[in-house]
Amino acid sequence: MRRLTQLGTALGLLAVAALAFAGGPLEGVTEKQATNWHAIIMFCLFVCMTMGITYWASSRTKSTADFYTAGGGITGFQNGLAIAGDYMSAATLLGLTAMVYGKGYDGYIYMLAFFAGWPIILFLMAERLRNLGKFTFSDITAYRLDQGKVRTMAAISSLVVVCFYLIAQMVGAGQLIKLLFGLEYNVAIFAVGILMMVYVTFGGMVATTWVQIIKACMLLSGGTLVMFLAFSQFGFSFQTLLEKATAVHALGPKLMYPGSLLADPVTAISLGLGLMFGTAGLPHILMRFFTVTDAKEARKSVLYASGFVAYFFNVIFIMGLCGIIIVGQNPEFFEGGVVGGKIIGGGNMVAMHLSKAVGGDMLLGFLAAVAFATILAVVSGLALAGASAISHDLYARVIKKGTASEASEIRVSKIATICLGFVAIILGILFEKQNIAFMVGLAFGVAAAANFPVLILSMYWRGLTTRGALFGGYGGLVSAVLFVLFSKSVWVDVLGNPAALFPYTQPALFAMPIAFIFAYIFSKTDSSVRAGKEIEAFEDQYVRAQTGYGAASASNH
Amino acid sequence: MSSAMYERMRVNPKFQELVSRRGRFAWTLAFVVLAMFYGFVMVVAFNPAALGQPVAEGSMLTVGVAVELFMFIFFWTLTAVYVKRANSEFDALTQEIVKEAWKENK
Repeated sequence: MRRLTQLGTALGLLAVAALAFAGGPLEGVTEKQATNWHAIIMFCLFVCMTMGITYWASSRTKSTADFYTAGGGITGFQNGLAIAGDYMSAATLLGLTAMVYGKGYDGYIYMLAFFAGWPIILFLMAERLRNLGKFTFSDITAYRLDQGKVRTMAAISSLVVVCFYLIAQMVGAGQLIKLLFGLEYNVAIFAVGILMMVYVTFGGMVATTWVQIIKACMLLSGGTLVMFLAFSQFGFSFQTLLEKATAVHALGPKLMYPGSLLADPVTAISLGLGLMFGTAGLPHILMRFFTVTDAKEARKSVLYASGFVAYFFNVIFIMGLCGIIIVGQNPEFFEGGVVGGKIIGGGNMVAMHLSKAVGGDMLLGFLAAVAFATILAVVSGLALAGASAISHDLYARVIKKGTASEASEIRVSKIATICLGFVAIILGILFEKQNIAFMVGLAFGVAAAANFPVLILSMYWRGLTTRGALFGGYGGLVSAVLFVLFSKSVWVDVLGNPAALFPYTQPALFAMPIAFIFAYIFSKTDSSVRAGKEIEAFEDQYVRAQTGYGAASASNH
Repeated sequence: MSSAMYERMRVNPKFQELVSRRGRFAWTLAFVVLAMFYGFVMVVAFNPAALGQPVAEGSMLTVGVAVELFMFIFFWTLTAVYVKRANSEFDALTQEIVKEAWKENK
């Protein structure tokens, strides 16, 4: 009953938010007024549906396994959709379309780098993750090492990655909603934060997964529809599309050449490493490997997820190219009606304008609702990953040393979710002016340097000891953050110093080797008794990783 | 206890077979993906002009786009190949190993 009243309060809050959506014209986006209602109605439908699911899920979320991993009972196909949903954030839809629109072929290179990590995750990690882990990826790194120290390290780096990623999503949400719904930036941030708290605290992983699945279906169908309508204007001929696009684009024939974004080799390679191995170190993605019944389903999830992701990236590539002609040549979408000027709402709005151009207000409303739903779903997944790092790793294993009751662990994770929700709101407001793509890149860079090296070593290298894992993990984390801090993007652009201390913007190429070398040297030189036992314990871990015997099984539902 | 179970599985020759067969297969596929992807990144880094060439005279389709599209499809095909083999052959072998370890247990 208490849950019902709480849910009621949350819905009430939402109604207030909806009223605010309907508020008068704001920020000179009056021409968007007519479209607002479509977006609001569709978005409210999405929220109602997901709230219904959250209510249903809350009755099924009793144990910690339910809360963190939906009881491990999600099928491979469902999980594949959910992973794709987690991976394709609003930055993907809006940011990559904008990148293709502005830089042409460079955007496509980015997409391949985002995609290429998936096969590697499948071949080298998926089944071991499922066989060794229970709720968080720290279960694996700490499997045979010092629980307290290694978990603390893994939880800290998880939280750092989650926070950077949260900033990117929250800022994106605020800007998008401000433009599309004519809502105040701060109000939009609060709406996202509060909805996320409701989904995660009441529904746990069950609700988060279903929100993710619904959103992935909406995103895939919405994107496909826009692409189809836009591409039809060129008779579905790639030749015609490119002829017209290169004819009108400022880059001309250079549009289809690798260009300015990857001007120097070091940046190109570093970015490739960061995006590829960052994927394999994102806590909210890794967590999804524990929601399926066994390694078989875990493999299937990757197959489906990577299929959806690959398909959608190609859709986005076509969308971006179509946008060059359909949006880029239409004065309606430029401030002051001057073609070639500033796009209304900023560069990230190309996908939105394209949907309006090819499908009118109805399609724009749908895509806007999809984008908002996307942000909401990704933020929920992130919050759950962050909350589990706090409650499962720090609270239950480090502070309580495994003696915490399930009820108290769930309570802590709910409190943690609410705290993270407020942290997200505050960060979203503080970083309003920050570049979203940059924050996402940073999150990937830190994930690649802080999480991935220790995780892969703990699964593959018997010689890894607690000391090595700690030095490797903290070394990767600190160096990745420092490299970014001293790079031009922060040291010069944000802090206003005259020259960058570190010449490159992408940390992965430098921070990843530091993590690996530290882990190696400090493991090799560790001759303690404890280290000897840890190396011995690898044998059993290895058999379990290979066979799945003793792996956490699905709870009965 | 389970440690004894693990020991029995480890000494089973089938376990060695599973590990080496699956390991070889997974690493080969991973190597193909890594080599192709980083080979491509190297071309982007050191010879970007090569990717801007059209695949045929008068065609707007460039080498870069064609190569990338191929990699999207090819990498995904590799994941399908791996999943198919792992979910049938390797899983069957794994089950045998666990079953045999159980039998010895009794």
